[in-house]
Amino acid sequence: MVDIFLNYYDYFLAGARTTVLISLITVFFGFILGCLIAFMKLSKNKLLHGFASIYVTVIRGTPMLVQLYIVYLQTDFIPYPETTFLGVALDRALPCAIALSINSSAYVAEVIRSGIQAVDSGQGEAARSLGMTQKQAMLHIIMPQAIKNILPAIGNEFVTMIKETSIIQYLGVGDIMYNNGIVITATYNPLPCYYISAIIYLVLNIVLGKGINIFERRLQRSDRK
Amino acid sequence: MTENKEVLIDVKNLKKSFGSLEVLKGIDLQVEKGEVVAIIGPSGSGKSTFLRCINRLDEPDSGEVIFEGNDICGKDADINAVRQKIGMVFQQFNLFNHLTIMENITIGPTMVKGEDEKTAQEKALKLLKRVGLEDKAGEYPSRLSGGQKQRIAIVRALAMDPDVMLFDEPTSALDPEMVGEVLEVMKDLADDGMTMLIVTHEMGFAQKVANRVVFMDGGYIMEEGSPDKVFGNPENPRTQDFLSKVLNTI
Repeated sequence: MVDIFLNYYDYFLAGARTTVLISLITVFFGFILGCLIAFMKLSKNKLLHGFASIYVTVIRGTPMLVQLYIVYLQTDFIPYPETTFLGVALDRALPCAIALSINSSAYVAEVIRSGIQAVDSGQGEAARSLGMTQKQAMLHIIMPQAIKNILPAIGNEFVTMIKETSIIQYLGVGDIMYNNGIVITATYNPLPCYYISAIIYLVLNIVLGKGINIFERRLQRSDRK
Repeated sequence: MTENKEVLIDVKNLKKSFGSLEVLKGIDLQVEKGEVVAIIGPSGSGKSTFLRCINRLDEPDSGEVIFEGNDICGKDADINAVRQKIGMVFQQFNLFNHLTIMENITIGPTMVKGEDEKTAQEKALKLLKRVGLEDKAGEYPSRLSGGQKQRIAIVRALAMDPDVMLFDEPTSALDPEMVGEVLEVMKDLADDGMTMLIVTHEMGFAQKVANRVVFMDGGYIMEEGSPDKVFGNPENPRTQDFLSKVLNTI
């Protein structure tokens, strides 16, 4: 296993780079889109609420692989550019990022919605009773408290996303699992390769988990007894 | 107070339903400047809903709430501006858990009224001294007792310089030994001339501090009058029944 890693580490590291890059993009846009969907779902406007509900139901009710191919094959609607960026072919990486972001956003939206609703309604009422607008109350009173409910679950979603990005190998994007396949073909020795890949994923998620922990601890200052 | 009568709040035929449940069936009440009105009655009689309709935390279905001459339910009423003048204290305190005591008190004046930080803090400290909690300014609410939280909640409302204070069962969630310290602050406010509407189960307090007692039951005001009259010589059989139950406990 050590031999294989020493001989082919550049493949694994390149794969890791792509995985991290795609994960970051996914998590970033998934979060933004998720916020949008969450607020639509919390909206009193029936149209917005209805759209967000259907969106979440559809995305959560279909496999990500199916979503990935559906987005990839939309070339009539979305002309994916046939250039490369940081060594990644955009006509394949872009649909991956879009599909994964959309998928992630549905889960993130539910996490945010439930996190906001878990904040005691008295907090918003107290804010409004002081004369704050709905927006001020949301921004300065409710959201800062909702973050504490949301963050652990979002962290979980990020960890899931890093692992789930492995399906982009099906579009030939050179992530960890795709390059894992290349090394297997070169060495005819699959088991150590999978061990190496597993360790890389694990390391990525441990680092991510630590980062989230630090952030959470900072937010919990006000809860300390 | 019999001279210079100035009506601060004038509620006319206020009605409110939650779904098919009609909670307020037509409430009329006038509150004069400087008056302390205690609202008593059994659970589910609509006391709290009535109070919450006065600053539209609950939206009235019909009727009028005229505050300082303006109907606050009107189409062009600026409810956020009105709420600045109506302080509210909740049963569950509702202090902002993520802010320090000082921030809890200053966030309203700075964010809503645009006061500068320093002025707001000075005022907050003065108010904190008044309720004996100036040493808690830097703490977070989770480190305070219930009684302390409620005194801070009162200070938070006072920091907006309201014209009237609404109290929604301010002592109902407190341990018995902490009720006194909160009532003390409220009595101090009343002596100071603050107009107050208090939904309460503290009959002794209502009797001592209120100028007027309102008894609500089933979505109506059944009886109102001076504490002596309502407690000493109630006319309505429902009032008599209610008072006999709450006053003659073992």
